Amino acid sequence: MSNKKMAIIATKGTLDWGYPPFILASTAAALGWEVQIFFTFYGLQLLRKDLSDIKISPLANPAMPMPVDMPVLVQALPGMEAMATMMMKKKMADKGVASLKELRDTCIECDVKMIACQMTVDLFEFDKKDFIDETEYAGAAAFLGFAGDTNVCLYI
Amino acid sequence: MNFDKELNASGLSCPLPIVKTKKSLNDMTSGQVLRVLATDPGSCADMKAFSEQTGNELVGTGQEGAAFVFFLKKK
Repeated sequence: MSNKKMAIIATKGTLDWGYPPFILASTAAALGWEVQIFFTFYGLQLLRKDLSDIKISPLANPAMPMPVDMPVLVQALPGMEAMATMMMKKKMADKGVASLKELRDTCIECDVKMIACQMTVDLFEFDKKDFIDETEYAGAAAFLGFAGDTNVCLYI
Repeated sequence: MNFDKELNASGLSCPLPIVKTKKSLNDMTSGQVLRVLATDPGSCADMKAFSEQTGNELVGTGQEGAAFVFFLKKK
């Protein structure tokens, strides 16, 4: 068994940025690594029991491939974000990409530790009841205590 | 090649073939062989890396139609 460790700081809560932490954590766990993810700021959205509100936006994201060329002002119209999210989810399902929920469940099953940043939970006045039961709450010092001893440490 | 268990990961993308391979190996005993089918082209490099890092030996590879076939011997 490997005794490698990985620490990830997940700071973003959009559909696209939610994938890297869960993909890397579930894969590392499958390789026998010990993994912790520290969720802070917008990354906290990834700890919600219900992930159906996680969205992707074409706005401020000029690198996002679009089926048709779309001016920024059109992207800003009401409903465009929901449409982009729906299209992205469909594309992912068609290509056999796991859902965020499926990847997160896999992480939990493989004992990946999910840590919520207590300060930002308080800052945004999030209700802990909305987060998955596996969530632990800690601060920077606790995270660094683990991160200081890892082989891979990522800020996402 | 003989095998004790089979996993069909066809149509699944990274990291699912690896994650499911690991899960399948969990309830096998040392020395048993798992046959994995996958269509994700990335799984060729990933399966090799999985084998090297976990010590579950990749005892054979091949192709079956559009799918890649891997034989892993549980450590």
